[in-house]
Amino acid sequence: MIRPDAPLLLEICDLHASVDDQPILHGVNLSIRAGEIHAVMGRNGSGKSTLSKVLAGHPAYRVSAGSVLYRGEDLLALDPEQRARRGVFLGFQYPVEIPGVSNLEFLRVATNARRLEQGHEELDTFAFEDLVRERLELVKMDPAFLERSVNEGFSGGEKKRNEILQMALLDPLVAILDETDSGLDIDALRIVAGGVNQLASPDNATLLITHYQRLLDVITPDYVHVMAAGRILRTGGKELALELEDRGYDWVDAELAALAQAPVEVG
Amino acid sequence: MTTAAVGDLVSQPYKYGFVTDIETEKIAKGLSEDVVRLISSKKDEPAFLLDFRLRAYRNWLLMKEPDWAALGYPKIDYQNIIYYAAPKQREKKASLDEVDPKLLETFDKLGIPLSEQKRLSNVAVDAVFDSVSIATTYREKLAEHGVIFCSISEAVKDHPELIERYLGTVVPSNDNYFAALNAAVFSDGSFVFIPKGVDCPMELSTYFRINSGDTGQFERTLIVAEEGASVSYLEGCTAPMFDTNQLHAAVVELVVLDDASIKYSTVQNWYAGDENGVGGIYNFVTKRGQCRGARSRISWTQVETGSAITWKYPSCVLQGADSVGEFYSVALTNNCQQADTGTKMIHVGPRTRSTIVSKGISAGRSSNSYRGLVQVGPKAIGARNYSQCDSMLIGDRAAANTYPYIRSQQPDAAIEHEASTCRISADQLFYLQSRGIGFEEAVSMMVSGFCRDVFNQLPMEFAAEADKLLALKLEGSVG
Ligand SMILES: Nc1ncnc2c1ncn2[C@@H]1O[C@H](COP(=O)(O)OP(=O)(O)OP(=O)(O)O)[C@@H](O)[C@H]1O
Ligand SMILES: [Mg+2]
Repeated sequence: MIRPDAPLLLEICDLHASVDDQPILHGVNLSIRAGEIHAVMGRNGSGKSTLSKVLAGHPAYRVSAGSVLYRGEDLLALDPEQRARRGVFLGFQYPVEIPGVSNLEFLRVATNARRLEQGHEELDTFAFEDLVRERLELVKMDPAFLERSVNEGFSGGEKKRNEILQMALLDPLVAILDETDSGLDIDALRIVAGGVNQLASPDNATLLITHYQRLLDVITPDYVHVMAAGRILRTGGKELALELEDRGYDWVDAELAALAQAPVEVG
Repeated sequence: MTTAAVGDLVSQPYKYGFVTDIETEKIAKGLSEDVVRLISSKKDEPAFLLDFRLRAYRNWLLMKEPDWAALGYPKIDYQNIIYYAAPKQREKKASLDEVDPKLLETFDKLGIPLSEQKRLSNVAVDAVFDSVSIATTYREKLAEHGVIFCSISEAVKDHPELIERYLGTVVPSNDNYFAALNAAVFSDGSFVFIPKGVDCPMELSTYFRINSGDTGQFERTLIVAEEGASVSYLEGCTAPMFDTNQLHAAVVELVVLDDASIKYSTVQNWYAGDENGVGGIYNFVTKRGQCRGARSRISWTQVETGSAITWKYPSCVLQGADSVGEFYSVALTNNCQQADTGTKMIHVGPRTRSTIVSKGISAGRSSNSYRGLVQVGPKAIGARNYSQCDSMLIGDRAAANTYPYIRSQQPDAAIEHEASTCRISADQLFYLQSRGIGFEEAVSMMVSGFCRDVFNQLPMEFAAEADKLLALKLEGSVG
């Protein structure tokens, strides 16, 4: 839902970032207002996951230039845990397994950290059990997953559902979902997409990273961005995704070549 | 720098590194037969004990310092150590009110309140400061049940027959280099005697504090559980930070008769040296228990977090039929620490059973080795052992090794060994952090998950402590 007067949640400005001294992002610009759903598409290796990890604060990524404001505040100055507590959520493309740490305990600690920041009181084990059971419904997950270690031995699709469960518990203002649709079977895709739709509200925003139109058939984006070589090359409405489905990414090369010849070096 | 890279987090300084300024009586540096005699005469010991010491000393002179462990350290100069140091106060005090307030304050600061009103409820404490025991709490209450809990020096005076009967029967004075040294010069330690049929009504605990910089600590603990008796005992240790190394060579002996059980837990937090490996305690300890009786049981639980060098193998000799030995261990090394630790389970009697669960955590440039022996003798029909050795690596400069030895003379013995290695990755920590969980809590969640099987064995009051201790020790080590 586009409302020009809705508050700005995220303002990414000329963001440059590298990992292991390898520059990956070369000037990303993107603004997101409350209520909006953005889709980011682009070839493998174009920098989509890098962008999401920089936003979440992964320590391996170094920001060399540019800025990110989250609700007017310098996001990059915050530790990853502070970002999360204030409402930035990253659904990982590849959620890691954490043996020995109980999923239930993990979800409870995470939820309470966010609740404290929101000024709500912490939930004790019983109150939390009630909440988590209710949210499990949203992603149609078996409560048995709560008893296991975080993501350990989960199938690809189960890990993705666990990510959405976390999102449902943490009540984020900006949710970045990195290929949450990949690895899901058809029913699971519908369930997960339904969950995302239910959680979307006029107060929060969603940034979907995806390769597939089938997700955007269920979650209608307000904006579609195409990423290439570490920057956003083109932005359009939902029809841009359909166009991509049709034409693929060959046109990207021509545009990148044109950019490279432009008098001002972008990177 | 936008986010605090995990490796940049400042390491928490060692909390217990202070020195108590108290007048100490020390003897001159060096070791000789005269020194052994001097220690014995200072303690006014009976002849049998002086003999025990002298035999040990003569043996020690002929022995060679062991070099088979995966440990590297400069040669120890045994003539450069003080073998006896005691805070100056006339006699051991009958009541705590008479104990030097500086000593009480020291133990308060260590979180071990000795004064009546603040005592840990239901835990009796023997507090050992340098070479001597300064106070033992709840003695009268324990005496009502026939339980003896006092310093070993007092036991020598008050119960010489028990000491003569049991001392050195589990760890003979010539058992190994460090045990022989201990037998020659041991100064104090705890003595526990649980008479027939008594289930000790409270948790017993000894707290060892090294204070002097140039003094070795050689304590000796003896615990006897008669038929059907049972006790849970906990040992804790800390030391100030000095930039020289101090030697700690202790001996612990456990004797368990028919149907009796001893649960012995250790939370070892000696000073480990700084991040460059300067200073710290050299910890060479011999701990052994004998399940002499049928259906007897010994359970060792240890959480080893301190010391520059750890050389320690709490063992069980399973003589009685159907006796049970257990070893649960968490050994954590960080910075330049080195640990070579494990256990020996010696199956002698029929149907004896043993369980070994070892969790090694290595961070920094440290090295952490598990060394364990499972031995099954010809009469140990139906013996069973289960061993599980897991290593967790933090960072990429730490080392973990596992040396399991199995010697069986019983073809039908069931011996099972499992081992695993894992690593805390920056991505796992980031995952937890990206859900609002702070760095330290994230490390502590992962480490306590890894150690859960062992922590579950600790007495309740101490399990949470152990969790916190590990998190503290690991601060700044992941990155
Ligand atoms: N540690 C690293 N060192 C060098 N290059 C790296 C490193 N990590 C990532 N890259 C590179 O950065 C580029 C962007 O990777 P990123 O994961 O952001 O792509 P993506 O757009 O998410 O791709 P996909 O659609 O396949 O998920 C890739 O070329 C990748 O190989
Ligand atoms: Mg990606």
